[in-house]
Amino acid sequence: MPIVAIPALIRNLTDGEESVPVEGSTIREVINNLENQYPGTKDKLCDGDRIHPSIGVYINGVLTRVAMHDSVDSDAELHFLPAISGGGQGASYQF
Amino acid sequence: MSEKKEYKVIGTRPIRHDGVDKVTGRAIYGADFQITGLLHGRVLRSPHAHARIVSIDTSRAEAHPGVKGVVTAQDLPTAEDKMADLGEGAVNLKYLCDNIFASDKALYKGHAIAAVAATNPHIAEEACELIDVEYEVLPPVLEVRQAMEPDAPILHENLTTSSLGDTEDKPTNIASHLQHKKGDIDKGFDEAEVVIERDFVTGTVHQGYIEPHNATAHYNQDGQLTVWCSTQGAFTVREQLAEILQYPVSKIKVVPLEIGGGFGGKINVYIKPVAALLAKKTGKPVKVLMNRADVFEGTGPTPASYITIKIGAKKDGKITAAQTSLAFEAGAYPGSPVGAGAMCVFAPYNIENVLIDGYDVVVNKPKSAPYRAPGATNAAFGTETVVDELAEELNIDPLELRLMNGAKEGDRRPDGPVYPRIGFIETLEAAKEHPHYTSANGKKYHGRGIASGFWFNIGLESSVTINVNPDGTINLVEGSTDIGGTRASIAMQAAEVLGIPAESVNPTVVDTNSIGYTAVTGGSRTTYATGYAAYEAAQDVVKQMKARAAKLWEVDEDNVQFADGEFSSINGKEEQISFRDLSAKLSQTGGPVVGRATMNPAGAGGAFATHVVDVEVDVDTGKVEILRYTATQDAGKAIHPSYVEGQIQGGVVQGIGWALNEEYIYNDEGTMTNASFLDYRMPTCLDLPMIDAVIVEVPNPGHPYGVRGVGEVPIVPPPAAIANAIYDAIGIRMTELPMSPDRLLKAMGKI
Repeated sequence: MPIVAIPALIRNLTDGEESVPVEGSTIREVINNLENQYPGTKDKLCDGDRIHPSIGVYINGVLTRVAMHDSVDSDAELHFLPAISGGGQGASYQF
Repeated sequence: MSEKKEYKVIGTRPIRHDGVDKVTGRAIYGADFQITGLLHGRVLRSPHAHARIVSIDTSRAEAHPGVKGVVTAQDLPTAEDKMADLGEGAVNLKYLCDNIFASDKALYKGHAIAAVAATNPHIAEEACELIDVEYEVLPPVLEVRQAMEPDAPILHENLTTSSLGDTEDKPTNIASHLQHKKGDIDKGFDEAEVVIERDFVTGTVHQGYIEPHNATAHYNQDGQLTVWCSTQGAFTVREQLAEILQYPVSKIKVVPLEIGGGFGGKINVYIKPVAALLAKKTGKPVKVLMNRADVFEGTGPTPASYITIKIGAKKDGKITAAQTSLAFEAGAYPGSPVGAGAMCVFAPYNIENVLIDGYDVVVNKPKSAPYRAPGATNAAFGTETVVDELAEELNIDPLELRLMNGAKEGDRRPDGPVYPRIGFIETLEAAKEHPHYTSANGKKYHGRGIASGFWFNIGLESSVTINVNPDGTINLVEGSTDIGGTRASIAMQAAEVLGIPAESVNPTVVDTNSIGYTAVTGGSRTTYATGYAAYEAAQDVVKQMKARAAKLWEVDEDNVQFADGEFSSINGKEEQISFRDLSAKLSQTGGPVVGRATMNPAGAGGAFATHVVDVEVDVDTGKVEILRYTATQDAGKAIHPSYVEGQIQGGVVQGIGWALNEEYIYNDEGTMTNASFLDYRMPTCLDLPMIDAVIVEVPNPGHPYGVRGVGEVPIVPPPAAIANAIYDAIGIRMTELPMSPDRLLKAMGKI
């Protein structure tokens, strides 16, 4: 089952959990199931039905620009971190 | 040190493809651009750092002979207060537009208020003086700690702090708070036997690119907008123009001309929308150029910052805990690189317990812009100075302390992800073995310092097309603007695949109508990602040409192989043909071959660097002289070693300037008092020794040739390395940048 590392500033939504196993074979499924387990998390990670553009997703340590429909291995570790754009600057980050 | 592979083109040093045009002055830059009927635009800028705009009357300017049009924020479409995705990250649309022309408030001295198009630039400049603007002057706030005070002047009445996933109600200058937490910070400091905690201040610094911003815009009668300009990314200009002007991307063509430096500062747009608005209003092409004062006062520098660093270690040298608070000046609108700084601040080290807090704070200065490893230099100045002090306290060699705690493959970064194969330890070992580090260093007022640094590097989108010519050369079409020799480094990757010399590749950087989407030349991504696209496009060519050879030899495609520039059959017929000879037969075997690739590679691979510097401090004047400088850096694989060395040397020089001299000096009213290259002192070749660039090659598994981006990390270590060298020379820890003569004299108690 994929492991989602919870950003420090939204751990108030996950009872302080730093990382949680979440069912899902796509990014969308993982985020929706995370939302079911910990309501409010999806709103912090997504802008509508996409990853928030100011957030970068690391899968197994590699920064990737994923779409919601992209598949996730069952042993994947996901991190949601401030996006680093060309030159390293985007909007003001949410966490 | 590295896993060596044999290459024919990669690792060689051919002459860059654009070299002749540049050294002979034939290359066309934005200011050179001419078109029939051209008008000239100038921008009126706010004389106040913080002021409400009561009224703007342009009537006198419009009546001035030779003036063809005047524009203000009123000419921009009404911008929504919403986030827009520009492909390079999200921006608030209202903030983006307000930075083009102030609508209700001027938020920094130099903020654009209006612009004039006229028959020549002098008339445009005169007419700017005829625009009557009534201001209600407000007190400015110019420093991050003051801006964070509860009673500080507020820049944006609707800005509240986004923190802990929530947004507060009270207006503030603190746009956001971010945090990374790993392990148990209290436990980590409890375990420590030595704890060092220091505060650091860094100044506002400009990228200092030699070529000022420029743009020429023209609307055709059918509404097609074309913009010729200097930029790090034609497609991001197109996206920004589309959002700011609320105009379809399909009706905008951006033509990137040659670029005279950017370093991150030519990603955001400033006068490009202004030129477009003036062109629309006048019906003529309009060229807008900045002068140097415009560049300093009206474009984004890298932010000043206030940083606290606390690190604890056991007596054996094991670092047990690290904590930091990073407060970065975003400038007039939110969006400093504090996020990147927070991710880099302890990245070189494997530390079990970490707490990182970052604050993005608006102040009455130009909206900050990226500058070479944005945020990382500020952060490393703090961390690497404290690590040096820790080494002294523990009586451990500073390189050994870094080797003991340095991050390796499999270690978890402070912000969470696990490192893939990285080369930090190898840069430390290279520095340790270098004759510079092993040489004597004992003269009075001479000192030696070391420091390390990290930058992520990024991938993002790149597109490449390759057209095979009948003479065995190729035309390589790309969308990455060439700042530091990337035509060559991209061409060489295609040449290696095809088994042809680098000189047989004609690389061309084209406009947004002529190639697939390509992200900016920034984030140290171009040789990595566009080079990867060139590799894949060349593989596409090979695949197609194998089919042509198969047709020629009447064999199955699977029976054709390609190696070292030769196609051969593997079905016993012993047919063989070179890439060049087969290129001549394309018309007989089906017509042209065009290879293509688009990439969005995920494995950029982080870059590390370790620097060693010797300085001499003149204790009478406070001047610091750089005596010797050695920079070791993991390049993954150096495609063109000369340009890797050039990037390292250039980054070091900019880091030295940041360390010793460069800063925006403001008066109390918020006016920059040194907005020229005479007073904003950048280092020249007369100030510097030859920088010894040592390339370490730990191949990046995320690239077919092992490439890592090299352009940004060399600017990260210099300020800390020099501060540590100054301490070694005179026994004083400098904690504020720049470490200019007056600051040194004050620190020595001489003034």
